[in-house]
Amino acid sequence: MALLSVHNLSQSFGGLQALTDFNMEIGGYDLVGLIGPNGAGKTTVFNLVSGFYTPTRGAIVFNGKPTRGMKPHEVTALGLARTFQNIRLWNDLSVLDNIRIAQYHRLGYGFLDAVLRTARYARAEKNVDRKCRDILDMMDLTEFVEELPKNLPYGLQRRVELARALSTKPRLLLLDEPAAGLNALDVDGLIHLIRWIYNEFKISIWMIEHQMKVVMTLCQRLMVMDFGKTIADGAPGEIQNNPDVIAAYLGDGAV
Amino acid sequence: MQRYSINILFVAGAVCLVLAAQAGMLDNYVLTVLMFMGINVIFATSLGLVNGYMGEFSCGHAGFMCVGAYVGSLLSVACFTTNKLFGAPLLSPESAPFLFPLVLLAAGLAAALFGLLVALPSFHTRGDYLAIITIAANYIIISIVENIDFIGGPRGFSGMKRTMNAMNGVLEIPWMLIWVLVVTFASILILHRLVTSTYGKGVPAVCQNEIAAEIMGVDTNRVKTMAFMVSSGLAGVSGALYAHVYGYVNAQAFNILKSTEGMVMVYLGGMGSLSGVIMAAIAFTLLVEGLRFALPALDGLLHNLNLLPASYEVSQVWKWVLIPLCLVLLMQFRPEGLLGNRELSHYFPRLRRFFTLK
Ligand SMILES: Nc1ncnc2c1ncn2[C@@H]1O[C@H](COP(=O)(O)OP(=O)(O)OP(=O)(O)O)[C@@H](O)[C@H]1O
Ligand SMILES: [Mg+2]
Repeated sequence: MALLSVHNLSQSFGGLQALTDFNMEIGGYDLVGLIGPNGAGKTTVFNLVSGFYTPTRGAIVFNGKPTRGMKPHEVTALGLARTFQNIRLWNDLSVLDNIRIAQYHRLGYGFLDAVLRTARYARAEKNVDRKCRDILDMMDLTEFVEELPKNLPYGLQRRVELARALSTKPRLLLLDEPAAGLNALDVDGLIHLIRWIYNEFKISIWMIEHQMKVVMTLCQRLMVMDFGKTIADGAPGEIQNNPDVIAAYLGDGAV
Repeated sequence: MQRYSINILFVAGAVCLVLAAQAGMLDNYVLTVLMFMGINVIFATSLGLVNGYMGEFSCGHAGFMCVGAYVGSLLSVACFTTNKLFGAPLLSPESAPFLFPLVLLAAGLAAALFGLLVALPSFHTRGDYLAIITIAANYIIISIVENIDFIGGPRGFSGMKRTMNAMNGVLEIPWMLIWVLVVTFASILILHRLVTSTYGKGVPAVCQNEIAAEIMGVDTNRVKTMAFMVSSGLAGVSGALYAHVYGYVNAQAFNILKSTEGMVMVYLGGMGSLSGVIMAAIAFTLLVEGLRFALPALDGLLHNLNLLPASYEVSQVWKWVLIPLCLVLLMQFRPEGLLGNRELSHYFPRLRRFFTLK
C-alpha cells in the first residue's frame, strides 16, 4: 500500500481555484519532484498534505489514515515532516533547541514530569539529547549547536531546517524549494545531502524545486503543475521533452 | 554541591530570615515588605511565562490573583476558624499548619480553571484581540466577586488573621514568612524547570513561530492551555498568600492597576528572562516602598523651599505618575527590559560555574 495517496484534491481561496483534482501516490521509499511556474499551486499541495489547510474537496490518506480534519501536529506524529519555502526556524532559540523541539510529539512525558523531574523525564530528555546530537552530527551542524539560527548564513539555516524536519523522525519528507537562494556550490552540496539522506534514512522524499538541475539529478519521478492542474507526470527524461511542459515554462526561462 | 548551589543558597538565606524574624530582629514593617516581595516575585514571574516566554499580551493577570485570594481565604476561614459565615471550623484548627499548603493548592487550581477563560480564546486569536479579552476577564472576575454578597461583595472579606492565630496556636513561629518563602521558591523552581525542559520549550516555539511549531509536531493549543493555566494558577497562589499576609481581601485590590504593576515588573525585567523578572519584582517592591517615604519627604522639602503652594500636597498618587514614567523611559532606552530574553548567567558566565538552579 502506498505511504501517501492523494485523491482528487482541490482547493479554492475565495474565488481563486488554486488546485484542481490533484492525484498522487508515494510509496515507502520514493524520491519524487514537483515543479511548475510561480503560483501553480505547489506549496498549496504541501500545505494541504501537512494538514495546514483543510481541502475544499478530495481525500488524503497518509500512513493508512485519512488525514482530513487532523491538525498539523497529528499529521506530523504519523510521520510527515516538511521544510518551508521561506525558512521558518525559531530564531531566538539555539540550533540545538530547534532540533529538540521537533521531537515534541514523541517526548512521552508531561507537565508534572517536567516540574518534578521524574525518572521518566530524565530518561526522555536523555533520549532527546542523544538523538539531537546524532542528527546535528550527521548534518555537520555540531559546531553551531549554541548559535541562534538568525545569526547563521542562509545556506546553514536551510540545513538546520532540514535537520529539524529529520528530527521528527519522518517517513515522508516534504521539501519546499530547498535550493532557493543557494549559490551554485551550495546547490551541489544540497543535491549530495538530499541523496545521502534518502540513502541513509530510507525515507520517501517529495520536493518542490525550481532549479532543474536538482530535480533532474535526484528524482525518479517528476510531476508538473500549471494553474492548479497537473499537466505532466513521469520520468524526468520524458518530462523534459513534453510539449505541454515546454509551453507552460515558455518565457519562464527555467527549462 | 555545585549542582544545587542556588537551591542551597536560597534555603540558607530563608532559614536565616526566619530565625531573624523569630528572634524579633525584623520589625513588622520589614517583614511585610519581605513578604510582598515574594508575592510580587510569584505574580510577576508567572505573568512572565505568558507575556514573556509565550509573547502574548495578557493584561488581566490580577484577576487570577483575585480568584486565588478569595478561594484561599474562604477555604482557610471555613476550615480552620470559627466565623459568622460558616460557623464552627470544618477541620480542627490544630491541623492548620499542615493543611494550609492544600488551601494554597486549591486556590491555585481554582485560578488555573479561570485561566481557561483566556486560554480558550487564545486558540483563535492573539495580539490586540487577546489583550482585550484578558482585560475583560479581569473585569469579569472582579464583578463576579463584588456581586456575591455573602462573601462581602464590595466590602471585602476578612477573618484570615484567625487562621494565622490557629497556626500560632500550634507553634509560635513566623508562619506567613515561611509560607511565602517556600511558595516563592517552589514557583521559581516550577517555572525554571518548565522553561528549560523540552516540553516547556514549546512555549517559546509558539511565540517565535506558531505555524512552524504546529507543523513540527507541537500541539500548540495544548501548549497555550498549559502556559495560561500554570501562569494563572501561580498568580492564584500568590493571591492566597497576599490575602493571608493582609488578613483582608477586597476585589478592587486586584483591578487593572494591579495587573499593570505585573506588566511593569515583566517588562522591566526582560521578556523571556526568569532571573530578570525576579530582580525586577524585588526592585519594584523596594521602589514602591521607597516612594512611600520619598514622596512625603519631597513634599516637605518643596514646601520648606517655598516651591509649592501650601495648599498642594505631593501625595501618594504621584506613585502612579512616576511608575509609568519609568516604563516610558525603559521602553525608550532599553525596550527589551533589563535582561532581554537572556538569563543572568548569560551576562555573567562565571556565575554559571558556581551557581546552578536545579
Ligand atoms: N492562503 C491563501 N489565501 C489566498 N490565496 C492563496 C493562499 N495560498 C495560496 N494562494 C494562492 O494560490 C495560488 C497558488 O499558490 P502556491 O503558493 O501554492 O504557488 P506555488 O506553486 O507554490 O508558487 P511559487 O513557485 O511562487 O512558490 C497563488 O495564486 C496564491 O496566490
Ligand atoms: Mg511555493
